[in-house]
Amino acid sequence: MDYIAQGFIRSIELLLSGDPETYSAIFTTLRISSLSIVASLIIGIPLGFLLGYFEFPGKRQVRAIVDTLLALPTVVVGLFVYAFISRRGPCGELGILFTITGIAVAQTILVTPIVVSLTATAIESLDRRLRATLVALGARGRQILITSLMEARYAVLVAAVTAYGRAISEVGISMMIGGNIKWHTRTITTAIALETGKGDFAVGIALGIVLLTFALVVNSSLTLLKKRS
Amino acid sequence: MKMVCKKMCVVACVLVCLIGLSGNAAVAGGDVLKMATTTSTDNTGLLDYLAPVFKADSGIELQWVSVGTGKALALGKNCDVDVLLVHAPAAEMKLVQDGSVIDRTELMFNDFVFIGPPSDPAGVKGASVKDALGVIASKKASFASRGDNSGTNKKELQLWKHAQLAVPDKETWYIQTGQGMLNTINIAAERDAYTMTDRGTYIKYESNWKGNPPLVILVEGDSTLRNQYSALAVNPKKCSNVKYDLAKKFIVWMASDKTQKLIGNFELMKKQLFIPNAK
Repeated sequence: MDYIAQGFIRSIELLLSGDPETYSAIFTTLRISSLSIVASLIIGIPLGFLLGYFEFPGKRQVRAIVDTLLALPTVVVGLFVYAFISRRGPCGELGILFTITGIAVAQTILVTPIVVSLTATAIESLDRRLRATLVALGARGRQILITSLMEARYAVLVAAVTAYGRAISEVGISMMIGGNIKWHTRTITTAIALETGKGDFAVGIALGIVLLTFALVVNSSLTLLKKRS
Repeated sequence: MKMVCKKMCVVACVLVCLIGLSGNAAVAGGDVLKMATTTSTDNTGLLDYLAPVFKADSGIELQWVSVGTGKALALGKNCDVDVLLVHAPAAEMKLVQDGSVIDRTELMFNDFVFIGPPSDPAGVKGASVKDALGVIASKKASFASRGDNSGTNKKELQLWKHAQLAVPDKETWYIQTGQGMLNTINIAAERDAYTMTDRGTYIKYESNWKGNPPLVILVEGDSTLRNQYSALAVNPKKCSNVKYDLAKKFIVWMASDKTQKLIGNFELMKKQLFIPNAK
């Protein structure tokens, strides 16, 4: 029992003293998840809008596929991205295996379906009369897109926050694509996995506290946003 | 009120993204050498000790992934890293022969030891490797194996063969962890099992427990237990993307008198972990 208490005390020390290893993992995590979330929003919001706004043959099937991808296992994404960006793979020229960029690419693949699916749902649940009104007022293409998204803004934010939560907490991709390189691709989750295996609990607990704090912030902002939307 | 809250949300989001993106610029610039290595050189802290000196001497930044030697060799063969630091001479020679790697240079050695609970349930203390494995197998005492095709794992499988015993692959007492050395020692300690480790990682484990570890050395000093570490460069003729010049610089640096002395001076708990032997 003793070592758990000691771990807690040490972890507080690590956080307060600004231990460089601990903070390196924290900033790496933030950097990667920010990159992946920005990319997934740029890709996901327009696609989600198209899927939610237009009626087209096979829409139900596309929707079903996107919803299935919500449960994409991180290790499978890791496996495929690894195979593609390994130097002998088709995208080997990029040389992004074991880099932050590599992890961000794979995480983007992981969370984009979340953004697409939730944005589509948000657009679908808008008042049907909105579209008719917009068209009657003479809105065209991009104007319809922007106005609809503005109407659904809280729901779209929910999509972004949910995706962010998934990105910061995943471990499979960070471990496989990042390689857990100290000072470079060691994230909060891979560091916790490593330290627990090595039997050094203090660093693990410190990072666990930080991750829980992030989760708390993400979730409370979700609750707040859901109330609004 | 609503507006203030909204603005704060926006500011917070932008801040998080900025923190995230800004750091990226700092990473770029300077030569980076990618190495695949075994868990023992990383777990013991040897690389944390050498990398800053290498950076100061050459301006090259060393980044390493620590995996089992089997996986490290595969990473080299697949051109995913530039240089290897591993310990499985037989497997290394195979890659040298098929031309995947070149410039194999022996750098240092230590030895493997068998560790287990101090109560020594199977009674192997002081036995030869052959006898110890025989007793463990006949008494079905728990034994943790790396099971990951690492250098240590390859050595262990070789020892079973030497002892003329079948590898107890499917036996319930034979625990194949599939993880790094320090992880495997921890699993062995949790399960009161025996395991085989390189001495460097064991000393690190001892120092983690402040000199009072739950597993102790039971078998050591057998001539079959030598553990040789070598560096190898990935062949630029097979992998056009690798940074061969940097890899070569690293290997020469590792074998230099200065670095060899540094390796010899690397101690934990006043015990030397690696004995330099570059020619």
